[in-house]
Amino acid sequence: MDNYKVIEHDVIVIGAGGAGLRAAIEASAQGVSTGLVCKSLLGKAHTVMAEGGIAAALANVDSEDGWQTHFCDTMKGGKMLNNYRMAELHAKEAPMRVKELEKWGAVFDRTKDGKILQRAFGGHKYKRLCHVGDRTGLELIRTLQDKGVHQGINVYMECTITKLFKDGDTISGAFGYYRNSGEYVLFKAKAIVLATGGVGKSFSVTSNSWEYTGDGHALAYEAGCDLIDMEFLQFHPTGMVWPPGVKGILVTEGVRGEGGILRNNKNERFMFKYLPESTRHEFAETEAEASQWLEATLNLTKSTARRPPELSTRDNVARAIYTEVKEGRGSPHGGVFLDISYQDSNRIKQKLPSMYHQFKELADVDITAGPMEVGPTAHYIMGGVRVDADTAQSKVKGLFACGEVSGGMHGANRLGGNSLSDLIVFGARAGLHAANYAKELKGKPSINGKEIEAEITDLERPLNAQSGQNPYDLHKELNHIMSTYVGIFREENDLVTGLDKLVELNKKLDNLKVVNNRTYNPGWHMCRDLKNMLICSMAITKSALSRKESRGAHSRLDYTETDKELSKVNSAVFKQDGEMKLEHTPTLSMPEELAKLFN
Amino acid sequence: MAKVTLKVYRGDKEKGEFKTYEVPIEDGMVILDAIHYIQANIDNDIAVRWNCKAAKCGSCSAEVNGKPSLMCKTRLDRFAKDEVITVQPLKTFPLIKDLVTDVSWNYEVNKHITPLTSKDEGEWVIYQEDIERVQEFRKCIECFLCQDVCHVLRDHDKHANFAGPRFLVRTAGLEMHPKDTASRTKYLKEEGGIGYCNITKCCTEVCPEEIHITDNAIIPLKERVVDDFYDPIAKFLKGLFKK
Amino acid sequence: MTQSTVNSSPAHTTKTVRKDNWWLEPASIALGFTLFIIYATFRAFENNYYEINQYLSPFYSPKIILEFWKFSPAILVLWIPAGFRATCYYYRKAYYRSYFMDPPACGVGHGGGSSYCGETTFPFVLQNLHRYFFYMAALVVLWLWKDAFDSLFFQGQFTFSILSLVMFVNVVLLSNYTFGCHAYRHLVGGKLDCFSCTKASQTKHKVWQFVSKLNEHHMFWAWMSLFSVAFTDFYIRQVASGAYSPMRIF
Repeated sequence: MDNYKVIEHDVIVIGAGGAGLRAAIEASAQGVSTGLVCKSLLGKAHTVMAEGGIAAALANVDSEDGWQTHFCDTMKGGKMLNNYRMAELHAKEAPMRVKELEKWGAVFDRTKDGKILQRAFGGHKYKRLCHVGDRTGLELIRTLQDKGVHQGINVYMECTITKLFKDGDTISGAFGYYRNSGEYVLFKAKAIVLATGGVGKSFSVTSNSWEYTGDGHALAYEAGCDLIDMEFLQFHPTGMVWPPGVKGILVTEGVRGEGGILRNNKNERFMFKYLPESTRHEFAETEAEASQWLEATLNLTKSTARRPPELSTRDNVARAIYTEVKEGRGSPHGGVFLDISYQDSNRIKQKLPSMYHQFKELADVDITAGPMEVGPTAHYIMGGVRVDADTAQSKVKGLFACGEVSGGMHGANRLGGNSLSDLIVFGARAGLHAANYAKELKGKPSINGKEIEAEITDLERPLNAQSGQNPYDLHKELNHIMSTYVGIFREENDLVTGLDKLVELNKKLDNLKVVNNRTYNPGWHMCRDLKNMLICSMAITKSALSRKESRGAHSRLDYTETDKELSKVNSAVFKQDGEMKLEHTPTLSMPEELAKLFN
Repeated sequence: MAKVTLKVYRGDKEKGEFKTYEVPIEDGMVILDAIHYIQANIDNDIAVRWNCKAAKCGSCSAEVNGKPSLMCKTRLDRFAKDEVITVQPLKTFPLIKDLVTDVSWNYEVNKHITPLTSKDEGEWVIYQEDIERVQEFRKCIECFLCQDVCHVLRDHDKHANFAGPRFLVRTAGLEMHPKDTASRTKYLKEEGGIGYCNITKCCTEVCPEEIHITDNAIIPLKERVVDDFYDPIAKFLKGLFKK
Repeated sequence: MTQSTVNSSPAHTTKTVRKDNWWLEPASIALGFTLFIIYATFRAFENNYYEINQYLSPFYSPKIILEFWKFSPAILVLWIPAGFRATCYYYRKAYYRSYFMDPPACGVGHGGGSSYCGETTFPFVLQNLHRYFFYMAALVVLWLWKDAFDSLFFQGQFTFSILSLVMFVNVVLLSNYTFGCHAYRHLVGGKLDCFSCTKASQTKHKVWQFVSKLNEHHMFWAWMSLFSVAFTDFYIRQVASGAYSPMRIF
């Protein structure tokens, strides 16, 4: 069967967000032929939704900052479950990567002395987030896009990858279809980099776009990789709650970084009571101290006042908001109030321009005049493909992963701003090592034609079916299951029920039906996306069941405390004999000189 | 339950028709929500591009009642009750299917612009006042609505001679970058075809990021082209003082 | 109307599907311009009632009297503001839309076709000379300031009238229009890539910021000054012909 196009490159990067673009730039800079495949148009990836900034210890605003502090903040934020080596490399290399972006054309906001300006963010001890108003992600992606374009990367837009091929235990290619034409395409490659982002579309309230269907997680799982830490799914504390059409859309943590205050319907600044004992000493004790900190921040001066409690880590703030709403102290549309309107309105418009427009146009709310209503929204998965920290290579030879699809960097909870820096640090590493791997690989790994035929048959089943279910109905069902049984707070019974329902739902996947042909047919696209979302949802649920403690973003109502034994293991999901298996594997232990930093 | 009636183009370049749909209205609903409703409940195969649904990615460009708009920020309550809303794909680019057009021409144009070029190898010191202009241009989300509405492309098909507002904005961001040393005026005059722009400002009118495309990007670039090609007196004086 | 051929599809078969009154704006602008042009042409050729005592009509200022010139002196001057406005970036937008219908409104199709050359060929390539017209128009405006001050003195005596007030308002509006010009904005600082680099460029930055503020409302100043200059001339004509009084206050 020859009804597919064949394209050959040394390195194929799947996904063109920050990580994928950075990987492709690095690989092509090494002189290997590089192809970049993405589901959307170039420059539209979800990275544009990252608003607040890139965390890098440049020490431009707070001179005390350094990679050691950034490393410690990241590990503490991740409840020490992180791959320490990734956190270390990340903290060390982020500043260099940010400066590199600037040389490539990124135009960051400036300090008075002409350096890159940095703002405060949750869980970061110092002001560390390099930013451009509240559209840092757009700046990052446009910079990388233009850099890549002029470097001569081959970009294959609106192309979905559905399967990876191996020759023995070595990666050999990828198969997929062009969304536009429905034409099939086979990419032959020596090395493949996954940079496909996250899984948010499994949840009904999410900040993620349609692309976030866990494709890379599922592809890697099918190819034999481990998915680690899948129980850790970050709910961003502040998503829009009204109107219904925009429920879940992100409200940047930058609002709180710039001094935004959270209140319930009793006008209480409730975050003071939700600070965990372990970090309480890092935060302001009174409203007066918090406003002192803010005043110093606004005037770019020094103060001994500690950060406001709103800048606690995301897991914490999300739980706090959820609890306030659940206990009846929420706002009219089921959120809480986030208020920045007490500040000068021109400053708000300058520092948070897209938030201003977003609320004005979509919710008829003027954030310079009154509070926003916000609530938690599924935002980011800490878990993902297990990779080697230095090379970003997975268990499968020649298969690399970086960005959100990789696991380990963020442990049990990601700090805001650490995602964009993760993309560029590990994007570059994955690109470099994929290129080196491709250069060193002897011969060309082969692809079995039978597997391609089987894949095409599988893809076309819903088109050829006489009758069957609407894939969108199944998607709604999946959203309902995940949001009901595997949400912010979890317990045994819910998780078990959820898993049963997912298994039931999985059976229905063989019985889908869509109309029309393969030409730009979103219904047909949804069928395969569903399969990927289900793999990820099951991995999340199974991992959540196995972790009988509360840690970071994983909160169990039946096990509210952390468990000492579980602090030493990562959950790992993998495919064995056609079934999803789970085991707990020991975390990497830190060398002495890093461990010392925590004393 | 209140309903809205939409007339949506269904079909491809050769064959198609406007199909009428009735969609129940929710508070704060936008056109894109209505299209999603159709996709999930009526016609699974209706083709539409979208990503962020928050006017940050520039994917869901279409023409709503004849006006190039982002579907994700066009609210239904902005229309009169009982008004039938027409949704068409962009006109300026070849149609693929339904509301999706082939915008690949834009990506080709982009390749021809000289990227940021600087000789400053050290750590950059740049002051806020020097980048404010550039930052406005970098807000661009590449929705290509300006390209769609520009009559030079839309009505005169000058795709081969004119880069379009989006890429004049990008060029402006590079030309005005305090660390950039390259000159793009020759490109602007020749390949970029800035002379085709007759500054009728429709690009500015449709820009969802409210970039002052004409006043802040295109006209300043036209003036820079004048500096280099149409101002003999200034050239003469400059030559005189250089010696 | 010719439709674009390259991008044709059944999705776009009519000129536009816009339902709003998109034609209203170009139509009223065309009407406004036409009325002004008729009045200004009539006045330029009238060659009468343009000066009385210390008052001089802006259409005839600066007054240039040449031996050999047998026609109205206004013609020796009026080409400057006419040329300045004709090549002005705002007026270009307005008349390309209203007179040339290219395009009449956004997203509204028109007599398209690939013969369009925009401002790349003669005569429209001459629009690039806008800055030269600016230099001259700026001198004319300075002269009109002089006229306004002159109107305050009659036979060495200080005097003030409503007509003087009108002349001052007019010259303020004309200044805001002229010094908010896009070409001036470029020349005064817009051409710089770095505002902070030298002391001189820092000063230029401040001027540029001021000009940018005026420039933001260039259309407003363009129309206001168009009305005011016609009205000032009309008032002086009526005073000179004896129909009105200058309404002296003291």
